[in-house]
Amino acid sequence: MPLQEILLQQLANGLILGSFYALVALGYSMVYGVIKLLNFAHGDLYMVGAFAGFGCLSLFSGWLGAGWAGIVPSILLSMVAVGMLGVVIDRVAYRPLREAPKLSVLITALAVSMLLENTVLAFTGGQFTAFSTDLGFTGIDLGLVHVTYTQMVLVGTSIVLMVVLELFVSRTRYGRAMRAIAIDQDACRLMGIDVNRTIALTFFIGSALAAASGVLAGVYYGSINFFMGFLIGLKAFTAAVIGGIGNIPGAMLGGLLLGLLEAFGTQIPGIGGQWKDVFVFAFLILFLVFRPTGILGKPEVERM
Amino acid sequence: MALLEIAGMSLGFGGIEVLRDLDFTVEEGSITSLIGPNGAGKTSVFNCLTGFYRPRSGRITLAGGRIDRLAPHRVTRLGLARTFQNLRLFRELTAAENVMAGRHCRTGAGALDAVLGTRRHRREEAAIAQAAQHWLDFVGIPDAAERVAGSLPYGHQRRVEWARALATEPRLLLLDEPAAGLNTSEKEELIALMRRIRDELGITILLIEHDMGLVMQVSEHIGVLDHGRKIAEGTPDRVQNDPLVIEAYLGRDEDDASEAA
Repeated sequence: MPLQEILLQQLANGLILGSFYALVALGYSMVYGVIKLLNFAHGDLYMVGAFAGFGCLSLFSGWLGAGWAGIVPSILLSMVAVGMLGVVIDRVAYRPLREAPKLSVLITALAVSMLLENTVLAFTGGQFTAFSTDLGFTGIDLGLVHVTYTQMVLVGTSIVLMVVLELFVSRTRYGRAMRAIAIDQDACRLMGIDVNRTIALTFFIGSALAAASGVLAGVYYGSINFFMGFLIGLKAFTAAVIGGIGNIPGAMLGGLLLGLLEAFGTQIPGIGGQWKDVFVFAFLILFLVFRPTGILGKPEVERM
Repeated sequence: MALLEIAGMSLGFGGIEVLRDLDFTVEEGSITSLIGPNGAGKTSVFNCLTGFYRPRSGRITLAGGRIDRLAPHRVTRLGLARTFQNLRLFRELTAAENVMAGRHCRTGAGALDAVLGTRRHRREEAAIAQAAQHWLDFVGIPDAAERVAGSLPYGHQRRVEWARALATEPRLLLLDEPAAGLNTSEKEELIALMRRIRDELGITILLIEHDMGLVMQVSEHIGVLDHGRKIAEGTPDRVQNDPLVIEAYLGRDEDDASEAA
């Protein structure tokens, strides 16, 4: 293949991969931004979302078909279900530890992650589950690259979700409450803001976005399994750090950048596909060393 | 009529007794002060009122309803707001956003309305923004709206905190050392602002303050705390001349002490 075609193809791949990362990174970053918790179970919510979407699609496909008519309601239902799961996890596992040392909550998050993975493992027996859809490969040719409608819808959906989220956080009373909680929870209580409810809402939104990403990834890759959330969880975390953790546009930017890096990284001579994860995490280390606050993060001023 | 009634309130942490059997009443429409030496338990009283501390015993009623078992955000909804001794602004948000956050408990558009950007939500957001500007005007910093709160001069940050507290539409406003760090002319402005809040808005004020000149000038009723107990109560004149109060503030002579012993 000519170089130009390869590069264009990788650009398309990178954007798609990046939009999955970005959606998961958003939830990571939101939860971190509001309660300073690295929710390691977040990647697993993506996985549970994929399975919930798969379950819904199996139910709907007889009646609505396995095209977009069946997929869209499956995505929405999966988002609601996993959003509620996120709220339950917060209520049961994290909220009792609100005043506890950060490390306790972090370890709890790891435990929740194990719990979700192993529950799905127990139900599915660890098999890859085929996520079959009726989406074809029709699309449009942009110069040398064939972009399917499916790919366009995937990226489009991600972008719409991100824009809605950004508007929600910057323009509404709930978003304002979230930003205020991130700064001073007690002052929020005195302003009549129900802090626990607002945190629950944050978990709902973050988890729902992860679920959307999971279903979209299932649709795109055509197969899902219980372990699919692990690596993407780590990568979304990387994306959130690169963008500036706690920062919503940063998470989007970090996700897209990471997707592109990974896609183009596979094309660097001597690196190749097997090394893509090495490439990604080496990048994380570089960022942590040279710009720990990320691209859009504000440097923290240490007061002496 | 009493707006706030504290009856038999005690507070302790472990073996430490912070407040002991406190009775105190704030009349509706009054400016009332709570004074006492450092560590007397004044700020603890505020923390009990706002629901951050749970008293060991006793009861607190606001306009006849009990508030001593309620979560802080519920107490705020019932009409109680406070400012802090050390500023607790949302420093990274703009002044307007700070005040808008104060409107949270008085607005009701659902999360779904907000996501969908319904008319109800947009109307409400517009009203919130307008209210925020109104309160910033009221406290005398109309031009601060778009500035990041943390970047404002100290005196203006204080006013943002007042505007934020007023935006919650309180019936009773608790002020924790509002004059700390202010110069003489700023103190005059503070007194004028407190009077406007009471006279124009009909909001009752309870303040903790160390500046005795200001307290005596502005208060109609004063309670004095020492070591967690109320040692005196009454009009400024009465409190100023109360021997127990003088003793708590100035200590007593060696001679007196040995006589009493």
